[in-house]
Amino acid sequence: MSILVFTLILLVGAFTAGMLGSLTGLGGGVVIIPLLTLVFHVDIRYAVGASLVASIANSSGAAAAYIKEGITNVRIGMFLEIATTSGAIIGAILAVYTPTHLVAILFGFVLLFSAAMTMRKKNEHGNNDSNSKLARIMRLNSSYPVDGQEVPYKVSGVAGGYALMTVAGVVSGLLGIGSGALKVLAMDGVMRIPFKVSTTTSNFMIGVTAAASAVIYLQRGYIDPGIAMPVVLGVLAGAFGGSKLLMKLNTRKLRLLFCVVISALALEMIYNGFTGKL
Amino acid sequence: MKRLFSKSFWQERDVEMFIGQQLRWGVITSSIIAFIGGIIYLINHGTAMPSYTEFTGAPEYVRHLPGIFQGVLRLDGRAIIQLGVVVLLATPITRIAFSVLAFAMEKDRLYVVITLIVLSVITFSIFSGLGG
Repeated sequence: MSILVFTLILLVGAFTAGMLGSLTGLGGGVVIIPLLTLVFHVDIRYAVGASLVASIANSSGAAAAYIKEGITNVRIGMFLEIATTSGAIIGAILAVYTPTHLVAILFGFVLLFSAAMTMRKKNEHGNNDSNSKLARIMRLNSSYPVDGQEVPYKVSGVAGGYALMTVAGVVSGLLGIGSGALKVLAMDGVMRIPFKVSTTTSNFMIGVTAAASAVIYLQRGYIDPGIAMPVVLGVLAGAFGGSKLLMKLNTRKLRLLFCVVISALALEMIYNGFTGKL
Repeated sequence: MKRLFSKSFWQERDVEMFIGQQLRWGVITSSIIAFIGGIIYLINHGTAMPSYTEFTGAPEYVRHLPGIFQGVLRLDGRAIIQLGVVVLLATPITRIAFSVLAFAMEKDRLYVVITLIVLSVITFSIFSGLGG
């Protein structure tokens, strides 16, 4: 297989990954890593670098649209980015000491968890009875538009959310994914922020978090131009196509199908990790 | 540009819209650069065999800015792609820098400090030599 053929096949694969990522809300990275390692037998370190770059492209592309609607809470995002960026650097440091088969196994488990997260019941509306002092001091309480009306919400569990965000950052830096599922769990599950605000704010944060570790990986040579080029272009086009498709399709069944596919990929990553093939 | 420095501009939600636009342009610019680099790379190396099964790391000269710039001047495909990657990495970082200005104009000192902390964490990771 020549570089030309490799690039073209990878372009198609990345396009599919970007589309899957945007339809499930998991981002392109979760599919890119299994695709590169299981199908193309690329060393997982190159896959981590390429996936990080894809996460940044995905996040920056989508964030522009969400900010327009005024749902993203920039203060919550910025405050928690202290946790995620410092976590991401810790993750990038840990990556040096983590054997690649362990990275594959960890990745598989995070993937399984992410798939489960997309299927669970969502905390549609936030609560208003929280009396968190920290949330008041940090000015995290806000409101968001629902059918043209501004609905206020209050944030709780700030310390717990911050701690979980640090973990999300470490996972993102170590495995090269956006770890959007963990971010949403922290915001929606622990801090009781309305689901819509959590997902858009999480997306806002993914780019910044990934950039913090990507600059380290670039210097380490994990980001190879020959892989990065088709991956970035493919994922971006796929995510764009996916967001157009999202408006037309009933996503409930699609999501279920994708979760099954992603879980199968996750199990294969774990299996290959244990048998030492990755 | 004049509008960029007016006070009312930074106090309205226009700021967030401006930042949103900046993100979009960053992504578009970086994909165009990567695409051009990709064409040059494929013309020169398209028939060679890819070797990614063993990790050797990306070529030394595409791992830092001076090397990338020199490569771009030589019209080296890999270096041009990597320039696109650098623009992409710079996009969310620039956004943070703009947010510092936005919070400063809102006189929100607390968030100027918080945003500066995020910016310094990222600056640290760039210059820490952890990647070396």
